[in-house]
Amino acid sequence: MEYQVHPYDVLVIGAGGAGLRAAIEAASTGLKVGVVCKSLLGKAHTVMAEGGVAAALANVDDRDNWRVHFSDTMRGGQYLNNWRMAELHAKEAPDRVRELEAWGALFDRTKDGRILQRNFGGHRYPRLAHVGDRTGLEMIRTLQDHGIHSGMEVHMECTVLSLLMDGGRIAGAFGYDREKGNFIHWPAKAVVIATGGIGRAFQITSNSWEYTGDGHALAYRAGAELVDMEFVQFHPTGMVWPMSVRGILVTEGVRGEGGVLRNSEGKRFMFDDIPDLYKAQTADNEGEGWKYCQGDKNSRRPPELLTRDHVARCINREVKAGRGSPHGGVFLDIAWIKEHIPNSEEHIKRKLPSMYHQFKQLAGIDITKEPMEVGPTTHYMMGGVKVDGDSQMSTVPGLFAAGEAGGGLHGANRLGGNSLSDLIVFGKRAGEYAAKFAKGNGPVSTDEKQIADATAWALEPFDRGSTGENPYQIQYKLQESMQALVGIVRTKGEMQEALSVVGELSRRAEKAGVAGHRQYNNGWHTAMDLRNMLMVSEAITRAALLREESRGAQFRDDFPDKDPEWGKYNNVVRQGTEGEMIVEKRPITPLPAELKAVIEEMK
Amino acid sequence: MAHTQSKTPLPEQGMFRIWRGDSVGGKFEDYKTKIDPGMVVLDAVHRIQAEQAGDMAVRWNCKAGKCGSCSAEINGMPRLMCMTRLDELNLDMPVIVEPMKAFPSIRDLVTDVSWNFEVKKKIKKFAPRHPDENDGTWRMQQVDVDRVQEFRKCIECFLCQDVCHVLRDHRKHDEFIGPRFFVYTAALEMHPLDTADRVSDLKNKNGIGYCNITTCCRQVCPESITITENAIIPLKERVVDDFFDPIKKLFHIL
Repeated sequence: MEYQVHPYDVLVIGAGGAGLRAAIEAASTGLKVGVVCKSLLGKAHTVMAEGGVAAALANVDDRDNWRVHFSDTMRGGQYLNNWRMAELHAKEAPDRVRELEAWGALFDRTKDGRILQRNFGGHRYPRLAHVGDRTGLEMIRTLQDHGIHSGMEVHMECTVLSLLMDGGRIAGAFGYDREKGNFIHWPAKAVVIATGGIGRAFQITSNSWEYTGDGHALAYRAGAELVDMEFVQFHPTGMVWPMSVRGILVTEGVRGEGGVLRNSEGKRFMFDDIPDLYKAQTADNEGEGWKYCQGDKNSRRPPELLTRDHVARCINREVKAGRGSPHGGVFLDIAWIKEHIPNSEEHIKRKLPSMYHQFKQLAGIDITKEPMEVGPTTHYMMGGVKVDGDSQMSTVPGLFAAGEAGGGLHGANRLGGNSLSDLIVFGKRAGEYAAKFAKGNGPVSTDEKQIADATAWALEPFDRGSTGENPYQIQYKLQESMQALVGIVRTKGEMQEALSVVGELSRRAEKAGVAGHRQYNNGWHTAMDLRNMLMVSEAITRAALLREESRGAQFRDDFPDKDPEWGKYNNVVRQGTEGEMIVEKRPITPLPAELKAVIEEMK
Repeated sequence: MAHTQSKTPLPEQGMFRIWRGDSVGGKFEDYKTKIDPGMVVLDAVHRIQAEQAGDMAVRWNCKAGKCGSCSAEINGMPRLMCMTRLDELNLDMPVIVEPMKAFPSIRDLVTDVSWNFEVKKKIKKFAPRHPDENDGTWRMQQVDVDRVQEFRKCIECFLCQDVCHVLRDHRKHDEFIGPRFFVYTAALEMHPLDTADRVSDLKNKNGIGYCNITTCCRQVCPESITITENAIIPLKERVVDDFFDPIKKLFHIL
């Protein structure tokens, strides 16, 4: 079978914020850099990020600094975070954000002309640099427009099927291009995985079709370890109605701007359940919460701005108790601020333009006048490729990971805004260290058998043709099962059932068939994506089963409490020598004294 | 509460006439599929793909009007499939879905938009002035940022390129960059920090003179960017100021 060859020093898989930032950094060293991009350039999921990028710039509240940001991130992650990453992230995010401005990004401004910052869940001070509610678009466009002049070569609408190895070392990647259906071999001395998340394994998700856990699965099959796979973030506010838009994100920025959550009785239920870890810094009355949203430095934040895992569970509880909205969510109300703000309609449209647009057009709701209906949606994967905190290199030499596909920074739960900063801080580091690795190691050799195997596997669905299993139906069944059995509330019995469903679907996926030819054949692409989705689903389920406690994004109905003993471990997933999946707990390296002191000081 | 404001009650099924084919040729095929409240055209296309036409090619990502991938022509109008609700269309007739016309066909609803990415590379990149402060940062007022932020809302769906007669009918792709890249140029030219000059390129390389402000691009923009009035006309004025001002011309001669 023929294939094209495009050799690089550094190959970046993924062209969202992390991938582009990595590619810019690697290309700046003069190396030859390729970017493989599953969609068109500039369409990756970063574009969907709304609320902002977290960085302790201290432009709005001068009490902010890296130590507060570090402590907030660790607290949000329930102290399972890779503390070195949390430290580097908090220290380097401000420089990375200012760098975006130097590359043309136009953030909203403070009165004195600096970058404006807004409140967000779990962040003690207003910390999110933003552009209305389209911060992700601003970021990806800035990186894209800067990147195209950096010398990187972009392979649009290409998907990687497998990573190639040269002995124990990474040797590039093999995949196909969607538009023509051709196979491509990208030999490379170093590879950066920046493929984003896994949301498509679930039924209700804010993620697009691309997020099938490709990077997680590629790294796993190449022998890398994955960490924290049990922690899937369910964002508390996705759209719930109409059905066709179920899951689409409603930014946390709505709550940052003063939006409140109410149940069908009109009650602000978030005041009913404030976790001990956050009691001291959360408002206990509505007046104080509003003052906080208006920038009063002496007020504490409203409970709507507690961490996402907690808010999602509270919404779930209200709905289950029969206090939900007509379509199975709760009410998110920003229109109420008219009680406090003159011209509130204009204010809302200016602060939340795309939310206004989204609800107006897709649900026929005017958010300046009526409340929205919202419910939890699968949003973000905390778990990812286990990497060294400084270099972002995985346990496989030459294989790096950054962004959502990398694991560790967020621990058991990610704070809103910490993803966009993750992308640029660790995208840069991954690019820098991948370039160093490529410079420090000689050329790689290609094993034709690996390519032949990948090609044969990819073409199998055509051999089975339209009499094979329908790949779309297998995907739907997986999404339904993961949603029902490994969702916000988990139990041992249901998760064991999920494992048997995943097993059965894996057997069906091996029989998936597609009609037609290789050019832009969505059925074929879906058939090939199944393998990754199934692998990731199994890893999530096995890691969640092993962790017999509730912490962060994982809530076990059969183990509803946090267990201090489990606070000492991360779960690590890797492939065994017989191809079996191994899940084991790995002790967390203790915090160095100076970081421990920072956390104590901020308590 | 009015959750869906359907203009007409939805029928249970709808007929979709979808273009199937490639760069060599193709034809419309009819598909009947079930309809649910709140559905958009992209939902119907996905349902047909999953149940009747597994290999049908459609490009999409966010399904929320933010990425600009699912551009197509619906009943003859350039639109995003994910933002076109079925209850605003006449479902007594087949809904006609076809690919954009200004770009070469790849397959079915997918077109080759790579030309746009090549055009962008040729536009001079952002070149900021020296930082205002010793710490390497700048100061900008919100009012100065506002007008550029309008242009930066662009999701690069290329519907404005598709509808522009200079590209669509006259195929001037080699001489004319199209509305998207006038908006892009305007965002750079009006950026408070930018120092580069792109005006002579607008006149000599980018074909701004071909635009006769029919405002078709503005009318199809899903982000409601005032493409003609806020971007193209001010750029045309800069070209006039630099090249056709009689007094300046006199200075050039002197």
